Amino acid sequence: MEKKIIPFNNLYKIFNLTSSILILISILLLFFKGLNYGVDFKGGTLIEIRTSNNSISISDLRKSFNKMNLGDISVKEFGTKNDFIVKFEKKINDKENTIENIRKNLSSLIGNTFEFRRVESVGPKVSSELLMSGIIAIALSLCAMLIYIWIRFEWQFSLGAIIALFHDVVLTLGFFSLFGFEINLSIVAAVLTIVGYSMNDTVVIFDRVRENLKKYSDIKIFDLTNISINETLSRTIITSITTLLALLSIYFFGGEILKGFSFAMILGVIFGTYSSIYIANPILVFLRVSQRTIIKEEIK
Amino acid sequence: MLYFSKLRIISVILFTLLFSYFAASNFFKFDDNYFNRNINLGLDLQGGSYLLLEIDNEPVVIQQLQNKLLQIKNYLKEKEINYKNIILKNNKVISFEINENQLDKTKELFDKDDSDINPYYQKYKSHEFDLFINNNIFLLNFSKYGLINIKSSSQNQAIEIVRRRVDEIGTNEPNILKRGNDRILVELPGLDNPDRIKSLLGKTANLTFRFITQNEEESFGTEKLLFEDSSDVAIVSRRIVLSGDNLIDAKPRMDNQNNETVVSFTLDRVGAKKFAKATSTGVGKRLAIVLDGKIISAPNVQEPIIGGAGQITGNFTFQSATDLALLLRSGALPAPLNIIEERTVGPDLGQDSINAGILSLIIGFCLVISFMLFRYRIFGLIANVTLIFNLLLLLGILTLFEATLTLPGIAGIILTVGMAVDANVLIFERIKEELKNEKNQIVAFDTGYIKSKTTILDANITTLIAAIILFIMGSGPVKGFSVTLGIGIVTTLFSVYFIARLLTSLYVIKNKFKEKLI
Repeated sequence: MEKKIIPFNNLYKIFNLTSSILILISILLLFFKGLNYGVDFKGGTLIEIRTSNNSISISDLRKSFNKMNLGDISVKEFGTKNDFIVKFEKKINDKENTIENIRKNLSSLIGNTFEFRRVESVGPKVSSELLMSGIIAIALSLCAMLIYIWIRFEWQFSLGAIIALFHDVVLTLGFFSLFGFEINLSIVAAVLTIVGYSMNDTVVIFDRVRENLKKYSDIKIFDLTNISINETLSRTIITSITTLLALLSIYFFGGEILKGFSFAMILGVIFGTYSSIYIANPILVFLRVSQRTIIKEEIK
Repeated sequence: MLYFSKLRIISVILFTLLFSYFAASNFFKFDDNYFNRNINLGLDLQGGSYLLLEIDNEPVVIQQLQNKLLQIKNYLKEKEINYKNIILKNNKVISFEINENQLDKTKELFDKDDSDINPYYQKYKSHEFDLFINNNIFLLNFSKYGLINIKSSSQNQAIEIVRRRVDEIGTNEPNILKRGNDRILVELPGLDNPDRIKSLLGKTANLTFRFITQNEEESFGTEKLLFEDSSDVAIVSRRIVLSGDNLIDAKPRMDNQNNETVVSFTLDRVGAKKFAKATSTGVGKRLAIVLDGKIISAPNVQEPIIGGAGQITGNFTFQSATDLALLLRSGALPAPLNIIEERTVGPDLGQDSINAGILSLIIGFCLVISFMLFRYRIFGLIANVTLIFNLLLLLGILTLFEATLTLPGIAGIILTVGMAVDANVLIFERIKEELKNEKNQIVAFDTGYIKSKTTILDANITTLIAAIILFIMGSGPVKGFSVTLGIGIVTTLFSVYFIARLLTSLYVIKNKFKEKLI
């Protein structure tokens, strides 16, 4: 059964334009709107509260916490109607035992109908260190990928792959900025995994492009990339599907704590699959990769 | 690629069984004397407290500079060098002036490799102090390594005291580790309310006994100190009669006479002597018991205390007396500790996370294997069997290294399920392509395996790189993610190239005359 060849390459231009615009929008968002950092990166305190009293509403909690003079407070529902996340900027001062005081104050205000399921408190020094090491980790992983692919392939391929990676990371972060989703340590882990996944996807197509360059000397790179994309297409789709199935399962059943992580990964897998086809390959076309490119390298 | 020698088949089977046994030992209690390991659950799964403490070394550095200043004074006198205006500037720099004609001699004393006053660290190729000479003014401040030396010694002392305090409370297998040269990490599994430990670690517990005086012109100097439980102030001599170092035991006790909780203490021999002497000369005076710069109480000395035992009164509850006794028994911290990061997870949230993690693992696993079965039929089954062994190997390795499993770690396992089939998919798709031009199915399978090899390696190495960087840079639960993701890649490669290939080869060789194997 011969499969029909899908002309992905006809849409290179239009998607390149779209991606450029999306990257621009993402960068503008990151600069002007910024990211919604969680306590890991901004410092402050987070308390996850579960109430056993159904009549306690989010505004009851907000009112109670406002009375405690803790600075800026945000209260959100967390998954169910009885779970809440309370965040405030003031770091728990160990000398005053703020958590204990909050517990006492809260039970006098809303009764002893709640428990603290989780407390996270990060000082300003630690949060800025965590942010720095997160940024370094992402930068380092991009560099490591660059080096790896530079050793394995010709520079044109490296450039294509890195721009695709950059695209995926910037778009994922732009998306988080646009919707104000929280950035915490697990999002950094997600971004790093996206970098790995996107690279993985690109490398598979590039391997095929390289193989085909050796095989056919008379096909232009514009069509050659399309042949390679088509040949690897069923693998690209199947792997994306199985990875997405695993991620959707984490998103829906893995609990609230993993929601942000799995959501970022789902975005990343979609962007990564898209960018391997529509970012990495057009760059090979743009850089006029030909059989000579890889033969020259091999002679060297 | 399809050929397997007998020896190879046996070793693959043995290896797989061994690791499956390791994995299974987490769930079933085998009575095994040789292999007795388990995967540890991270604090986010079993509940517990994570505290990161930072040592505030500034007071230690200032104290050391003050001591050094006295040492230098004596040393210069001894070497017959005339100095003047020796002071400690900004609590950072020791500065003094030397006569022109003694400049070189003095410089040499501080600069030479075997200097007594400015020790040279062979290891770091640096002196304890950096020396700057400005005309005839000598300026000394701690060198980088001098500071490191102070920090690591105060860290060593502090971690010992922290360990004693945590042990005294008797939590379950605490984990106390150094971080950098001025931080201490305390992990307390199972503890869902760390308030008591936090308040105990927040106290330096520097205990001194000093007389209260009316006379502000005492030879040792005096200072005004607040009482712990009121805003009263008393003038206290700087002369220390006795310090917490001389205590060998402290216990909370009910005083039967006035029904009060007190802390009774026992002194060592030196302490007992000092205390006896001070209390016999000081009958009638008030002796202040000062803890971390605040007066707990200041009882009148009624009679000499010569037995080497005494008691501290104050407005104690039984709890606060117990805590004070604990602090006194475990000793004073060299410097104050600040809690700069705290993460506490209650045990039922931990259990919820475990349940959610396992549920999503099962669902993700079922979705992936159904999809593979649907897409590849018999080879889907091979990929799925491989996936099961892959997971067993992954768990087996985690068990072998007694790795810590966190919630993101479980996410890493689920992600491995999703991504592990990729290698098999690459191979199967390649074989399908080869079959278009190759009539001999065995040859097609063989080339399929060979040609997809570099791609599979490339694809997995990229993810492995990401996992390694995350392992190096990441902290806490996120590190657990990188561990499962990274080990998952290794086990995936093993299971695809040994287990799946073995199963494929057995199937293909047995059915080589069948049409359309895949």
